[in-house]
Amino acid sequence: MASILLFVQHSHGKVLKGTLAALQAARELQSAWGASGIVGVALGPQSKTAAESMVAFGLSSVRYSEDALFEKYRAEPYARAIALAANDLGASSVVGLASSSGKDALPRVAALLDAAQASDIIGVNPDGSIKRPMYAGNVIADVELVAPSRVVTVRGTGFAPAGVTTGGGDVAQLSLGGDPELKEQPRFGEVVSYEMSKADRPELSDAEVVVSGGRALGSSDNFEKVMFPLADAFGAAVGASRAAVDSGYAPNDWQVGQTGKVVAPTLYIAVGISGAIQHLAGMKDSKVIVAINKDPDAPIFEVADYGLVADLFAVAPELTEVVKSIRTSA
Amino acid sequence: MKILVPVKRVPDWQIKLKLLPDGKDIQTDGIKWILNTFDEIAVEEAIRLKEKGVCSEIVLVSVGPADVRARLEYALAMGADSAILVKHDGPVDSDLASRVIAEVFKKGDYGMILLGKQAIDSDANQTAQLVAGRLNLPQACFASKVLVESGSAVVTREVDGGLETIKIPIPCVVSTDLRLNEPRYAALPNLMKAKKKPFEELSLEALGVSADLKVRVKSLSVPTGRKAGRKVANVQELIAALQGEAKIL
Ligand SMILES: Cc1cc2nc3c(=O)[nH]c(=O)nc-3n(C[C@H](O)[C@H](O)[C@H](O)COP(=O)(O)OP(=O)(O)OC[C@H]3O[C@@H](n4cnc5c(N)ncnc54)[C@H](O)[C@@H]3O)c2cc1C
Repeated sequence: MASILLFVQHSHGKVLKGTLAALQAARELQSAWGASGIVGVALGPQSKTAAESMVAFGLSSVRYSEDALFEKYRAEPYARAIALAANDLGASSVVGLASSSGKDALPRVAALLDAAQASDIIGVNPDGSIKRPMYAGNVIADVELVAPSRVVTVRGTGFAPAGVTTGGGDVAQLSLGGDPELKEQPRFGEVVSYEMSKADRPELSDAEVVVSGGRALGSSDNFEKVMFPLADAFGAAVGASRAAVDSGYAPNDWQVGQTGKVVAPTLYIAVGISGAIQHLAGMKDSKVIVAINKDPDAPIFEVADYGLVADLFAVAPELTEVVKSIRTSA
Repeated sequence: MKILVPVKRVPDWQIKLKLLPDGKDIQTDGIKWILNTFDEIAVEEAIRLKEKGVCSEIVLVSVGPADVRARLEYALAMGADSAILVKHDGPVDSDLASRVIAEVFKKGDYGMILLGKQAIDSDANQTAQLVAGRLNLPQACFASKVLVESGSAVVTREVDGGLETIKIPIPCVVSTDLRLNEPRYAALPNLMKAKKKPFEELSLEALGVSADLKVRVKSLSVPTGRKAGRKVANVQELIAALQGEAKIL
């Protein structure tokens, strides 16, 4: 079988940790599918650096393009370029992290390649079928991709990051001439503006500790006063329930759950969150779960290793102080 | 402009799911079906665009068995103008759905395809992108705000890190996120009136779409859940447990 193309997602040349999880999935797919090798493509500013750093991970050939078309992420040029790289490198399948741009661009690549698409996979079976969650994680499906060409997005928490290995090959610029339609891309529109949330804490998807606040916080002021110090005491990322985001206490990209981010940190602390299935879908694979809720029957306690039935406004600040003193004395 | 709103019916998320004995599917006999939550948001958004005078007509399309009609009638009662049901009793993957939607799009004079970013049964988040890719149309996925102005859609998208606003020419494909709007309820009298709205039934053959699948579900399983742990009495006990048992801190 032909090779598998890895969509190398990076930030200014620095490869995302999730890209290495996607590479791990690609390696497992390579052996289950009998693919000949793994190649890669990186796009956007400093993608050359990202491409070069993937050689150590055994990619036999990596293409990059820093062309102005890819300066800001847009689904249309990215999808076309990924499909072009797949054709150039003789890859019939494409694998990438299910980040927001991975989820956005890769199914579009599947349409261009007339491929079978599987999103957010969490496992690879020896027979080549894949595992993916359905119904807010209440069901796991074993799914067969029956088209010759396949596109897969990978849930970052589903695979351990791949390690370095031998066999790495060449890095070269992707020649865009192979797809005349890429020149037509300006007609696909433009980015008008970004409104990014401040990133002065660890990234939610990679953090060792996540503290999440729910509706019970009651206001964005309280969210800041209670959750931020708790997060900083642990060196944690901050998450939120949908109710907290909808109410404007926290920005959209902090939402944990079925329709938000999926996290699996060493420690997850749910503060004033009831534990609806859609929230659990995003955090129930955490190693240790702590729940603080004043309702002893809240469903969050059914998944929590340690449950503290209490008023969060009393115990969260107390926890903050104790953790701070432990960590400063350590 | 006309807006095409593809919708899917899904099992109500509040029911307790049961698998069939052979594990090939979930038990669907007699269960409660709902309009996919995200598609309901798409229907609502189309209605709001019509109320603003941007949209002239809202056409629904769904592919599935005959009784999907009830869900389409619900969306008609919310305020859509007409519905197309592409009748098909077999399994439907996103690829087949995208081919159906693409063919229906080509037969009308649509300015936008507006649909949910994901269906809450398969949780895939891919059909809008597949449709856009097939039709080579610009796409704006995970929308939390949609404005239409002189031939363009200005869409705010929920992305990693925050929000991104893009401007794309019409015709285009837009997929809806949860925060786009809060859908209205269809009032009972409207449910009665909805039965009189134009409703067209088509077959895959009539559309020239093959029923071939690219993705097949082999089997389903229920993951082994976490066990509930224990309650701790206070912060000291919690800290002790985290340090002693969990070896954190
Ligand atoms: C299609 C769909 C997708 C969804 N996706 C997501 C998702 O991705 N993520 C998500 O989180 N939700 C999602 N939801 C929403 C989900 O169903 C719940 O509505 C939401 O998670 C509830 O948020 P919450 O727990 O903060 O609020 P609530 O359910 O209102 O819970 C608040 C909790 O705080 C407790 N409390 C109140 N005061 C205090 C206090 N002083 N001290 C301690 N505890 C207190 C209460 O006992 C209660 O348990 C989705 C829903 C749907 C239909």
